[in-house]
Amino acid sequence: MGKRIAKEVSIAVAEAVKQCRVDVIAAYPITPQTHIVEHLSELVANGELDAEYITVESEHSAISACLGSVATGARTFTSTSAQGLALMHEILFITSALRLPVVMVVANRALSAPISIWNDHADIMAQRDVGWIQTFAENGQEAVDLVYHAFRVAEDRRVMFPAIVNIDGFTLSHMIEPIELPDQEQVDQYLPPFKPRYKLDPRKPISIGPVGIPEIYTEAKKAQDEAFKNAYRVIIKAWDEFEKIFGRRYRPVETYRMEDAEVALLIMGSLAETAMTAVDRMREAGKKVGLVRIRLWRPFPLRDFVRAVKGVKMLAVVDRALSPGATGGPVAVEVRSALYQVPGRPRVVSFIAGLGGRDVTVEDFEEMADKAYFYLKKKPKESYEMIGVKE
Amino acid sequence: MPKGKDTALMSWKEVPFGCYILEPGNSVKFKTGDWRSFRPVLDKEKCIKCGQCYIMCPEPAYEQDEEGYYIVNLTYCKGCGICASVCPKGAITMVIEEV
Ligand code: SF4
Ligand code: SF4
Repeated sequence: MGKRIAKEVSIAVAEAVKQCRVDVIAAYPITPQTHIVEHLSELVANGELDAEYITVESEHSAISACLGSVATGARTFTSTSAQGLALMHEILFITSALRLPVVMVVANRALSAPISIWNDHADIMAQRDVGWIQTFAENGQEAVDLVYHAFRVAEDRRVMFPAIVNIDGFTLSHMIEPIELPDQEQVDQYLPPFKPRYKLDPRKPISIGPVGIPEIYTEAKKAQDEAFKNAYRVIIKAWDEFEKIFGRRYRPVETYRMEDAEVALLIMGSLAETAMTAVDRMREAGKKVGLVRIRLWRPFPLRDFVRAVKGVKMLAVVDRALSPGATGGPVAVEVRSALYQVPGRPRVVSFIAGLGGRDVTVEDFEEMADKAYFYLKKKPKESYEMIGVKE
Repeated sequence: MPKGKDTALMSWKEVPFGCYILEPGNSVKFKTGDWRSFRPVLDKEKCIKCGQCYIMCPEPAYEQDEEGYYIVNLTYCKGCGICASVCPKGAITMVIEEV
C-alpha cells in the first residue's frame, strides 16, 4: 500500500497520470487546471515520465492532438478548464463517436462573461451531450482514484469511449489534502497496457472518420449510443475491481443519511462535504434531511439514482450552473425527467448556487433544505431559484 | 464506413466499430458514376496527352491507354467537369447524359 501524504490535489492527479504510464500528453495551460499540466511537463522534462508532451497553441489543438494520438494506440491524457473546454467542444463529439479513449481531467470553472477564473460547473454542463463518460470527484483522494478508473474504463475494449474526471477548480484542484497514492505495482495490476480494438498502423491500413450519409448516420449514432449505455456495466465492474485492489469503494450514486429522509439535497462535486455538515446539523435539529451525490453523470445511472431517492418527498437539486431560461438547472432538469415515469416519485425543486466561485455555506444548504420543506406545502413560484443573490 | 449498395440497408448492429473503414481502398466499390448528368467526351485530335485531366480528376476516373491517351472510366466519373475545365487544349467537352 502506498503512503498517505499531504499533497496538492493537482499534483496528486498529475502523479496518478504518471502512474498510469501515459504515452502522450497534449495540453494548453489554463487556470485552474495549470498545476496538473505544469507538473506533468516537469515529470516529462526530468525524465521521470517517459511520455511525449505536446505543447500546442490552443485547446482545440490539444484535443485534436490527443485524438490522433489515441488513434495510433498511445495512452493519452489532457486537462483543461472553462473556456479551454469550450474551445474543445467540436472535437469532443468526434473523439467519442470515433471511439477514441482520451482521458481528461477538467478543473471546473465558470465560463465568461464576466470573466471568472473561479469554480462552478458551467464549463462541463455545456458538454453534457458530447458522449464522454463523465464523473465528479468530491475530494482529492477520489479525484486521484477516478483517474485510474477513467483509464481502465475508457480503454476497455468493450467501452472505447473517452472519459472526463471533473474536479472543482480551486476548491479541489488547489487544496492540500491527505492523499494516498498507491504503489506502482497496484496501478499496473489495475490498469493493463492499452490494446485498442483498432489503431492507425501503416502495416494494416484503416480509415477513421469518413462521411456518414443520411442512410447510415442514424444507425451509426444508434450503435454509438448502445455501446455508450453498455459502458455502465464496465464502469461498475471497474469500481468493484478497484475496491479489491485499493480497498476504496465507489458507486455511481452516493447517499448520506438517507434512511427515512423526507427532504434530500442533491449535488455533484466537492460541495457535498459542506452539504454533509448541513445534513448533520439539521438531523440534530430533528429534520429528516439526507444527501444524494451523483458521481457518475454520463452515462446517467438511472436505476441507482431512482433507488437512492426512494421514499423522499422533496428533492432539492443544487446546480452549480445556470441554463438561462430553462425549466431548472441542468442537473435538476435531468433528474426531473429521470423521475417522471417513477410512481410515487419525489417532487423536485431546483436551486442554482455557487456560481463563479461564490461560497456555498452550511447555512445556504440549510436554507435550501428549509425551502424544500416549505415547497412541500406551497408550490414554488418559479421553476428554479438562485441562492445567495443580493437583492 | 463501407460504401456501396448495402449501406442503405445496413442495420445499426452491422455498422463497423466507430464507422471505421477496415478494408483499405474499398472506395472502388462506390460507383460515383451514378451521380453523373454530364459526361466528358475526348477529342483525340486536340489532345496532347499532357495528363492534366488524369491528375485533376477527383475520383480519379482516368486511365491511360496503350497509345497514351487518357480514357475516362464512366463507372467512376461523376461528371464534375474539372477535367474539361483544366484541359489546356479544350479537348474535353461535357455532353449531357440522356436518361
Ligand atoms: S468529369 Fe470530373 S469525375 Fe468525370 S472524369 Fe472529368 S474530372 Fe473526373
Ligand atoms: S488535359 Fe486535355 S490535352 Fe491533356 S491529356 Fe487530358 S484531354 Fe489530353
